[in-house]
Parts: sequence; C-alpha cells; structure tokens
Amino acid sequence: MDRFRMIFQYFQSNSESAMNGICGILALASVKMYTCFDFSCPCLPQYNMAYGLGIMFVPPVALFLCGLILNRQSVVMLEEWRRPQGRRKKDLAVIRYMCSSIIERAMVAPVIWIIVTLLDGKCLICAFSGSVDPEKFVGFPNASPVQVQQLLAKVPCKDDELMRNNTSRKAVSRYLRCWSQALGWSILLILIIAAFLARWLRPCFNQATLLQARHWSNYIDIEQKIFEETCCEHSQLFAHKCILHFFESMRQEIKLHSFSLPRKGEGVEGEEDLLQGITDQDQVNKLLKMWYYEKPPL
Amino acid sequence: MDKFRMVFQFLQSNQESFMNGICGIMALASAQMYSAFDFNCPCLPRYNLAYGLGILLVPPFILFLLGFVLNNNVSMLAEEWRRPRGQRGKDPAVLRYMFCSMAQRAMIAPVVWVSVTLLDGKCITCAFCTSVPMETLGNASHPGLSQGEMKQVLARIPCKEIYDGQELIDNEVAVRYLRCISQALGWCFVLLMTTLAFLVRSLRPCFTQAAFLKSRYWSHYIDIERKLFDETCAEHARSFAKVCIQQFFEGMSTDLADTCCHPPRKAPADVGEAAEKLLGITDQGTMNTALKSWHRCKPPLHLHPPALASGNGWAGDGQPPAHPPVPRREAAAYYSRV
Repeated sequence: MDRFRMIFQYFQSNSESAMNGICGILALASVKMYTCFDFSCPCLPQYNMAYGLGIMFVPPVALFLCGLILNRQSVVMLEEWRRPQGRRKKDLAVIRYMCSSIIERAMVAPVIWIIVTLLDGKCLICAFSGSVDPEKFVGFPNASPVQVQQLLAKVPCKDDELMRNNTSRKAVSRYLRCWSQALGWSILLILIIAAFLARWLRPCFNQATLLQARHWSNYIDIEQKIFEETCCEHSQLFAHKCILHFFESMRQEIKLHSFSLPRKGEGVEGEEDLLQGITDQDQVNKLLKMWYYEKPPL
Repeated sequence: MDKFRMVFQFLQSNQESFMNGICGIMALASAQMYSAFDFNCPCLPRYNLAYGLGILLVPPFILFLLGFVLNNNVSMLAEEWRRPRGQRGKDPAVLRYMFCSMAQRAMIAPVVWVSVTLLDGKCITCAFCTSVPMETLGNASHPGLSQGEMKQVLARIPCKEIYDGQELIDNEVAVRYLRCISQALGWCFVLLMTTLAFLVRSLRPCFTQAAFLKSRYWSHYIDIERKLFDETCAEHARSFAKVCIQQFFEGMSTDLADTCCHPPRKAPADVGEAAEKLLGITDQGTMNTALKSWHRCKPPLHLHPPALASGNGWAGDGQPPAHPPVPRREAAAYYSRV
C-alpha cells in the first residue's frame, strides 16, 4: 500500500514538472535555432516578403506542432475524448481543461520565436524594405519605380556592391528595425499582462469547477500510467509462467521416454531442481529447437 | 521472484527510454556530422548535381539503416516473423506495430540531416547553380557564350575564388537566391514532417485504440518472454556446468583413488566444508593431472546421477531401483507432445 502511495505521489509531482521541463527545453531550443540559423535575405523584389514572413511564421507552426507531439497529455486527452462512453461518463470540463493546458504549454516556444525574430529585426527589414515610402528617404535617385523597388529590395543586404556605402540604406534599415523592435516589445508586454491577469483573476471565477477539472485530469493521466505499468507486470508474470510450463513439459517428456533414475543425493538436489531434468547436450538442443519451432500456446 | 520482477521492470521501463536515448544521440550525431563534414563542391557542370544531391540523400539512407541496426528489437521482429507457426498463432498487427515503432525511431536522424542540409544551403547551391534563372538575375546576356560554356561558368558559382562570371551574373546575387530557395525548402520539409508526426500521433487514438493496446501488449510480451527465456537458459547452463564440473572432479578423484594407492578420504567428519570443496584432490601432482585431463579430454555434455560408491544412495528410498542403471551414452529419441 505504501509503495502504491509513493508511486502515486511520484507520478503526481512528476507529470506536471515533466511537461514544464519539455516546454522550457523547447523554448531554449527555439532561441538556439534562431541564433544558429543563417538568415540570408534574397534581396529580390518578389522574394523578400515571402522569405521574411515565411521565416517569421513557418518555424513557429512547426514548434507548436512539436510542442503538441512531445506532450504526453495530448494523447491522453484525445483518448479520453474519443473513448466510447461505456460505464464511465465523460466530463467535457475535464477535456477542456486538459486541452487548454496543453495548448498553453505548446504556445510558449512559437511565441518566443516570434518575439526573438521581431526584436532582432532582420525578418521585418527583409520583408518590408520594398514597401517603404522612398519619398521619406533622401538618397534614392529619381529613378523609375521599378529601379527604386530594386534598390529598396537590396537594403537588407549590407554587402551588396550597390548598397555598401549608401547612407539611405542605413536609414531605411534603422527605420524598419525600430518598428520591428517596437512591435516585439509591445507583443511581449501584452502577453505578459494577459498571463498575469489570467493567473490572478482565475480564482475569482469557477474555482470549484477548476479544482475538480484539475483533479480529474491528473487522475486520468495517472490511471493510464498505472494501467501500462500493470500490463508490463502482467506480461512478465505471464512469460515467466509460460516458460516454466514449457520446461516442465519438456521434463515430463524426458521422464516418460528415457530411463531417468529417481533423484537422490543432497548435494546435487538443488541444482537438479534448476536443471529441470535436462541433463544432456542433445536434450538441451532439442529443447532449444522446440522453443523455436513450436512455441507454447499463450 | 521479487528480484526478477524488479530487474525486468527496470529493463522494461528502460528499453523505451533506452531506445529514445539512442534516437536522440543519433539525431545529435547527425547534426554534428554535418557540421564537421567538409563540404567541397566540385564546381564542374555535371558533377555538381551528382555531388550535391548525393550529399543530400545518401547519408540519410545510411543513417536510416544504422537506426535499424542499432535497434535491438530488429532481431526480435525478424524472429517473430520467420518462426514456424507451431501452436501459437501469429498476429500480423503485432508485427506491423513493432515495425512501425522501429521505423519511426529510425527516421529521426535522416530527417535531421536533410533539414540541416537544406537550412544550411550549400548542397542546393552546389547542385542547382547551373539552373539559376539568368533572365531575372543576370546582368546582361553574352551572345558569345555557348550553352556549354555558360554552364561551365555558372558551375563555378559555389567556388568564389575561381568564379569569373561576374559580368554574367553576380556571385552574391546567385548564392543568395539559391540559399533562399534552399532554406524555404528546408522549412517546408520541417513543417511537413512535424505535421505528419502530429497526424500519426493524434489520429491513432481516434480510430484504432483497442487494436493498438492489444498490439502493444503482445509486442512487449514477446520481448519480455525472449529475455526471460535467455535468462532461464543462462541459469540452466550455469547449473549444468556446475554439476558437470563437479562430476568431473569426482570422477578424477575416484580414478586416482583407484589407480594410485592413496588412502581413501580419511578426513574426520567434522572438518567441514573446506575438505568437501577440495573434492579429494590434495596434492600438486593430482591437481596437475586434473588440469591436464580437463584440457586434453573434456567430459561429455552428459550428466549422470551421483555414483553409488558412497554406498548409501538407495538407503533413503528404501527400495531397489526399478531398472538397472543403464549406460546413458545414447541420446533418447522422444517425440514431444508439448
């Protein structure tokens, strides 16, 4: 009984912390991936926007899906949602609670990617350099719109020979980076305020329902883990019995068909138990062949 | 029994985490291998495509096979697949489950390699530099250059030091273009793979949960049964060897007592275990003979019941043996009804 209690407490404390750990690891991985990633804007008019916005939004989707995949509770929730009702009623509040906690955790890494991208600024500079109003910046010659577009598209590429010493390039770049960082910090502020409010105001509404939902979602998780553990133990016992039965049947066969002498001699008695009456190279070979060709029925 | 249970629980719980660990190590190894690999584009028209695509596709294939090789369960799957039916039916669902779980784990390292390769961009730049769209990126057309010569010039784009087509197309522009395409492909590939993984994981509970639980139980069972059988055989072999060696020493001791004029064991009854363990061999010459005999003429793999020399073998039973002791050299042929 004590052992079960210890196991319960272990699972209880560990399930939440395991999920938080995975969440944190994904967040760190997302920052690391961004710093390792070699951002290289194509600096071509049609491609800039697609590339910039693609780098800003596609990895977060992949990170969100990763967060859902790595979270064990998502499978538990889906199983609970899709199971036949049977003799146990389904509580939608529990499923909703599990769903919201899974999604909250999975959103952390994508949000971090987007914020880091915005604070760094390269993506927005690449995506929107062609959309800047050239009138605002001196230094762009009164060329045809196409040429101006091409020049603006080259702004993110510092090493381009046309742009190397162009002061307007730096001006456009600074302008866009300023917007990008402002957007980044604003999003961060809004999210933190939202999280703060959610956490503080939650106890004011439906606290009892929340406690119930949390309890039963933990229960479902633990129940599934213990079911898997019990299945493992059961299959071990099953295998043990099956193999003992197999050896026993082999020993009976040997007794029936060969001239085996009754057991005696204390010194060898214990060992003979373990030997199960199989005391010959041929008998061992036969046993092994039989195990392969005709496994005992389950 | 408890000790067995604990050991098996440890192995069982550890098998999954062990395989996940191997999976993670291979993924990290694949990323590390790529960064350590010294990519050298040949910068020749026909070789570029072969080299670039080769580096993109051949190592993942090798990593995939390696993932199978390092997985212990492959031999278990093969054994279960090929065994004769006998008295136990074969369930194809179990085989499918085992194969799928192994294939999923083996796919991770190749996917990491392909993603890292595409996101880095060198392979695609090398492979497709001759296909760069000259109309949009080129500076001006050179009517003097034939198709072949233009391809030769373009093939040198990845090798900045020897590139001489600056008038044709700017090296930086071409490299940026190709790298952009490569990274877009890379991210799309990553998104596709994570979407597939998500669908596989989330659709399973919606459709085949009962069948899945069954397959999982029986595949674990097969694994545990195999391990337990190996353990039991090892224990049996140990006992076999112990008795065989004991009988060898007893035989030696009896032979020597018969041939040499050594007096029979006259150790007093209360000397205890040490004297018993000596097995009647109590001097250097006897020991040397025993060792030589062990090397030259190992005993047959055939245990016999203890000899009747001690004289009180049957006293405990109180009845004479039903059959005379038959020399058991011949192997008994029997037909199992197991």
